[in-house]
Amino acid sequence: MKAKKQNLIFTIIFSVLSLLYVVPLVIVLINSLKKKAFVSRYPFALPNSRSFAGISNYRGGIEKTEFFRAMGGSLIITVLSVMLIILCTSMCAWYIIRVRNKLTKLMYFLFVFSMVVPFQMVMFTLSKTADFLHLNNPVGISLVYLGFGAGLAVFMFSGFLKSIPLEIEEAAAIDGCGPVRTFFVVVVPILKPTLISVTILQTMWIWNDYLLPYLVLDRKRYSTIPIAVQYLRGGYGAVDMGAMMAVLVLSIVPILVFYFFCQKYIVKGVLAGAVKG
Amino acid sequence: MTKNLKKYFPIFLLPTLVAFFIGFLVPFVVGIYLSFCDFTTVSDAEFIGLKNYADAFSDGGFLHALWYTGLFTVASVLTVNVFAFLVALVLTRGIKGTNLFRTVFFMPNLIGGIVLGWIWQLILNGVLSYFGVTLTFSATYGFLGLLVLINWQQIGYMMIIYIAGLQNIPEDVIEAARIDGASPLQMLFRVKIPMLMPSITICTFLTLTNSFKLFDQNLALTNGMPSGKSEMLALNIFNTFYGRAGWEGVGQAKAVVFFLIVASIVLIQLRLTRSKEVEQ
Repeated sequence: MKAKKQNLIFTIIFSVLSLLYVVPLVIVLINSLKKKAFVSRYPFALPNSRSFAGISNYRGGIEKTEFFRAMGGSLIITVLSVMLIILCTSMCAWYIIRVRNKLTKLMYFLFVFSMVVPFQMVMFTLSKTADFLHLNNPVGISLVYLGFGAGLAVFMFSGFLKSIPLEIEEAAAIDGCGPVRTFFVVVVPILKPTLISVTILQTMWIWNDYLLPYLVLDRKRYSTIPIAVQYLRGGYGAVDMGAMMAVLVLSIVPILVFYFFCQKYIVKGVLAGAVKG
Repeated sequence: MTKNLKKYFPIFLLPTLVAFFIGFLVPFVVGIYLSFCDFTTVSDAEFIGLKNYADAFSDGGFLHALWYTGLFTVASVLTVNVFAFLVALVLTRGIKGTNLFRTVFFMPNLIGGIVLGWIWQLILNGVLSYFGVTLTFSATYGFLGLLVLINWQQIGYMMIIYIAGLQNIPEDVIEAARIDGASPLQMLFRVKIPMLMPSITICTFLTLTNSFKLFDQNLALTNGMPSGKSEMLALNIFNTFYGRAGWEGVGQAKAVVFFLIVASIVLIQLRLTRSKEVEQ
């Protein structure tokens, strides 16, 4: 009886906390409908007949940041990079685990080592290298992401592959499957849970990444959502907070939709990544 | 089969290997070398020994960023973990609405740092305006603002890990403690927390490195204002590279120092985890 009462109190407290947790997003949404002068001066006021701006912030924000170009950029870069990462690193991890020699051991060590290195360490030299090799476009940058993101992905794949018995693969080989077919027909289906986890983790990272694309991309031609948002800060002078609010709303909505549909996988991915990381 | 597979090196290994050289290994090695050089582009590098490191450590902004980051890391590790743990404790009691609460608390984690920074700039400046100041009025406000932001973002992530840990505690251990007459507090400190040590190490480590390497949130929330006083290490390094002409070498030296600190944190963490695994 006492525990039941306690639980009710906890439910009430946590309902209030959850509401407070969502409030910042609601405030951004409300402010996206107000004229810019009213956004920073009265952020907590509801729009009224004087401050209501309709969709003009959205129109202005989309125009100023070329938002849909940025969204397309984010989409293409994320999809390309994640596909490249899961394909190449899963193959690489399988090779490393099944062919044990000095080269693969050294590579494994280097991959694990690369997870420790913060981006600022390679920031300058990486952007120069990418420039030199003309990797300043969405296809090129996915190669850079493959290189910089390989560490975690290889580590997670090989951790899982170590626990798979050899017999299944050997049976396939005896049946006349070459390594490529064995990998895609036998190994990939077993790898599925890890494939999903790696996909989720890399998607969350690349979609939200600001600095790498900012430094590597040719910004006259390509953009991403974080770059578009930060672009509104501009040089000097006041930021157009009305347009900013609209762009923030537009950036958050796709994430919430993604979260709504993939919540189960996202939580699993987070757990898998945390245990390994 | 191994022998057969070996010949497939170009298909299985080469793509990742090439990308790894371009995206990590070459930039890393050249980066180490350049930290001992004077340069503005890579090709005009001139070896000057340890001068960049000396310059870095006599740069007041860098030293300020170093302790500001350290202080922030300690504060965020403590707050995020304590709050996340408390939330996880409540959300494993089977109360009504557990799933909804979990969904809500985790959600901010998916939003990128730049967007988070601007959301909180609006909210915090709105609150501070009642006191006639703004976030960039002093580094203390920037510090507290960033702390609120990081808690909002990361409590949900750590909560998920703590919940999984709590659910993994075998039922019979809890039952045995209950039969022995353990009070709720004893249950928490003598049973649950010791059993949760692996989750606690993971979360501490994740929050530690996340806070120490924080960049996007710092850039969007205060951009280091007023005059670099709320600048964390990663942002200080970025501004040294791209904000001060002729300081590229010093920026690279700072980046190496930054890397060494992060690497030592990870090594200490690994050692701690290992020693605990032996105990169990």
